[in-house]
Amino acid sequence: MEHIELFFKSIFIDNMVFATFLGMCSYLAVSKKVSTAVGLGAAVIFVLAITVPLNWLLDQYLLQPGALSWLGAEYADYDLSFLSFIMFIATIATMVQLVEIVVEKFSPSLYNSLGIFLPLIAVNCAILGGSLFMQSREIPTLGLAFNYGVASGIGWFLAILAIAAIREKIRYSSVPPALRGLGITFIITGLMAIGFMSFGGMLTGGDEAPKEEKTASVQEETNENIALNSSEASEDKEIANNIKENE
Amino acid sequence: MGLLSKKDSKLILDPLADNNPITIQVLGICSALAITAELKASIVMAVSVLFVLGIGNVVISLMRNIIPSKIRIIVQLVVVAALVIIVDLVLKAFAYELSKTLSVFVGLIITNCIIMGRFEAFALGNGPWRSFLDGIGNAAGYGAILIVVGFFRELLGSGTLLGFKVLGDPIEKTGLYAIGYENNGFMLLSPMALIVVGIIIWVQRSRNKALIEDH
Repeated sequence: MEHIELFFKSIFIDNMVFATFLGMCSYLAVSKKVSTAVGLGAAVIFVLAITVPLNWLLDQYLLQPGALSWLGAEYADYDLSFLSFIMFIATIATMVQLVEIVVEKFSPSLYNSLGIFLPLIAVNCAILGGSLFMQSREIPTLGLAFNYGVASGIGWFLAILAIAAIREKIRYSSVPPALRGLGITFIITGLMAIGFMSFGGMLTGGDEAPKEEKTASVQEETNENIALNSSEASEDKEIANNIKENE
Repeated sequence: MGLLSKKDSKLILDPLADNNPITIQVLGICSALAITAELKASIVMAVSVLFVLGIGNVVISLMRNIIPSKIRIIVQLVVVAALVIIVDLVLKAFAYELSKTLSVFVGLIITNCIIMGRFEAFALGNGPWRSFLDGIGNAAGYGAILIVVGFFRELLGSGTLLGFKVLGDPIEKTGLYAIGYENNGFMLLSPMALIVVGIIIWVQRSRNKALIEDH
């Protein structure tokens, strides 16, 4: 149950782009076309799914205060958590390089579609952010860490897909000249973020309420998930209306 | 600026306006938006980036001839990570409350695209002094936007600046609140940061038509 909860929470409520602004640089730079956006989004899911569990292991057995106790009682007092930035980023950079080499060797077609994005990803804040949030939210198990990585990746993927689709359409509307390109993208992202804030109430029932209600809220959440497609469509409409107003 | 030649001072002044890292180069937005609900956090973030980018540019520039180009990204990441750890530990020691507010965003300076972008674009091809000026200039341009956004969000959102109640007390109804002014709590929520930056871009580009992009 906590798996499902974490999954939806990471996709919608704590969406990387709309709630924490992670990975904004590549989000803005690579969202001009849907096809490239899909490629980058897929690469982000892939890399997050690998690096978050790996960094969870590092955090658990190397970096946390007292994590070294498996080496022997005399190491139990060590606290290496100040090293976590450098360890995490080194893991991410090497993993990205490794994944690139492996993919190039075994699946040239996947490499052609994903490959060019992989070097970009090493410096994508969403990847390091995923690991750092994993650490600061104290995710308890390896399975949940994997879940968190995949779900945050999917959230990021959804966000870049949505903005790329909107940007493809907005090319045909007459935006005020000074707002064209970057300016309107920022404002649309802001409006989308407001839309995503409405997911905030989705899981709050679970926090204080007893367990039985929790299951009910999760069921509701799946229903809401089905309703999502339509709500996203209405969001698009909202943005379109806004653009009209600007005109 | 008697100390700097004309070319050198251009390195500092350019990123402040016409080549601003956030509004024109689209770099370093990630951390810029999330921490600007308070002016104080924005200022601390701006100073941290100034430190990391200034020193980092010099270090990379000194090593530019001995870094093998294949592994340069990892070398750059290690240099930034080391500097960010220093910033993080200093913040934890002297401003613990603030470092809690900034939470993971101090760590995310590592992947701030401004830093990697300037390393790649400038420090790898220029001497230490020029790289230092470039770093300071770009970090200042970044900081300027951060402080402007933080200023408006804190002023309109909670009616304070750096924690001082500049608009009067909302509970005792003094100052502006006496005539019915209300805080706009919406400004404190994260989506407004995006919209404020969007408006800054709008204002800047209407003033300087050369910056307008065609779709």
